[in-house]
Amino acid sequence: MFVNITIPNWSDFAHFVPEAIMFGAFLLALMGDVIVRGRKPVVPFLITLLGALAALYYSFASPPVGDAGVLGSLVMIDSFAGFFRIVFSFVAVVTILFSWSSEEIMGSTREHKGEYYALIALMTGGMMVMAEARDLVMLFMSMELVALTSYVMAGYMRNSLRSTEASLKYVIFGAVSSGIMLFGMSLLFGMTGQMTFVGIRDALVANPVNDLSMLVVLIMIMAGFGYKIAMVPFHFWCPDVYEGAPTPVSAFFSVGPKAAGFALMIRFFFTVFQPIVDTIDWPLMIAILSAVTMTYGNIVAVKQTNVKRLLAYSSIAHVGYLLMGFLLLTPGGLQAILFYLLVYAVMNLGAFMFVSAINNSIKSEELSDYAGLGFRAPWASVMMFIFLVSLVGLPPAAGFIGKLYLFTEVLREGWYWLAIVGVLNSVISLFYYMQIARAMYFEKVPEDAPAVKIAPLHYVTMALLAVPTLILGLYWSEFKAIADQAIAGF
Amino acid sequence: MMEVGLTHYLTVGAILFTLGIFAVMTRRNTVALLMGVELILNGANVNFVAFSRFVETSIDGHIMAAFVIVLAAAEAAVALAIVLAMFRNFGTVHVDSVDSLKQ
Repeated sequence: MFVNITIPNWSDFAHFVPEAIMFGAFLLALMGDVIVRGRKPVVPFLITLLGALAALYYSFASPPVGDAGVLGSLVMIDSFAGFFRIVFSFVAVVTILFSWSSEEIMGSTREHKGEYYALIALMTGGMMVMAEARDLVMLFMSMELVALTSYVMAGYMRNSLRSTEASLKYVIFGAVSSGIMLFGMSLLFGMTGQMTFVGIRDALVANPVNDLSMLVVLIMIMAGFGYKIAMVPFHFWCPDVYEGAPTPVSAFFSVGPKAAGFALMIRFFFTVFQPIVDTIDWPLMIAILSAVTMTYGNIVAVKQTNVKRLLAYSSIAHVGYLLMGFLLLTPGGLQAILFYLLVYAVMNLGAFMFVSAINNSIKSEELSDYAGLGFRAPWASVMMFIFLVSLVGLPPAAGFIGKLYLFTEVLREGWYWLAIVGVLNSVISLFYYMQIARAMYFEKVPEDAPAVKIAPLHYVTMALLAVPTLILGLYWSEFKAIADQAIAGF
Repeated sequence: MMEVGLTHYLTVGAILFTLGIFAVMTRRNTVALLMGVELILNGANVNFVAFSRFVETSIDGHIMAAFVIVLAAAEAAVALAIVLAMFRNFGTVHVDSVDSLKQ
């Protein structure tokens, strides 16, 4: 018997152009790597670079209009998703360009080096889907797509002890926390009988469940998100993974999956918990988590001697600042988070790239080996100084504006003690960021210091990040408007 | 005879979950640790299917369970590959002996 198969949502795939480009680039790069053999994987590099550029161009040129719930109710393509498409494809372009000259990636003894670029493309596509998920199934699947890819990337240097240990710690922490999250989701599904975020919210408003079971579910789901964004007390993997993984990979991890985790968290909690925010002591919980996260990150960072590890702890501290915007789940706070994520992506990526570029020639990430770097690699050090100033949150760099918006929101909501904790933390962070600057500029160049040679491509990528760091600190209103509009679509 | 209802299934799910967490916390062998993760995922699966059958008579929970089964297989593949790399580099699958990164 002839069965007329209709696919009612076929036209929905027109909404998926950037994702389709990234997933297509992944497949083509894998094939290209096998077919075209050579000393350097030119074909996968070009395919993924052009793919990421095309996705970036498309995300700018035709941002999503209105809010289209496509593929049934699995994903939501709206301006919020559009904002994150731009962030992720930009991060992918910079990382791919940078990795080409990186010794850690291209100097390894692997046979198929093109896999690295293919994995970056896959992960970028997965992160875009994370920002679009509006259903428990899609939430979990997209998170795991990104997670599985990142386990492989963390262990990319498979003959290195540190890299293997990083991926082992990543996979164990990741698997356990996502398992706990899944169990929490199963309970949430049982309490509401719904899979979509909107359905869950309506069911919770119509039939409130008791506070204790809501709290249990919330904590379980927080375990998954907290792991993804490296929030205390789910942060244990973060310093080890960032230190052990190849530096370009750490750079990508510290901004990409973290921003994607925040995107998913914003959409999930804003949709599900916004109407019942008062019944579960949400603001107090987030305020405590935020204060603990930033204080822990900053205090531990002070005594680090490895710059990569120092930046890992500083990225934990930045998660604490970002969480301040979550307090009351107000649009203003979320807009501040989005803008700070944009700023954070640019400046943190830049700082990691500098570490990687230096590691390329002196094979070390120790602070003591950074002595006099300001004179051995003047241009790169100037750019690093810009990133450091921005990470502290001093004007005229972008970090200042980002923090200003976050603190304004916290004060507007009346959480004065949290704002004070945040400001004190910025003072602590000034100390350890400036330790790097001090080593670069105020310490004598050792007699036997190896020469520092920075690849041209590394100058280009660092400039691609240093210039936006300054622009976002001086003419931010255009970019803030994009972030504001992304939340307005909710 | 006693009727088997939602509570029984949820009890099984909760027991599986607890055993999984227990295995993860106590085992130091990486492979046994990953088996604990499988138990956690399957505990959640039992919950999904039971809720789908008794609370909401839709197939949402069943679909989720099917996805999770596939995902658990993929995760096991990646995780075991990493354990293999670990064994090659460290000569052991004992978690505590892996400490090349400073604490």
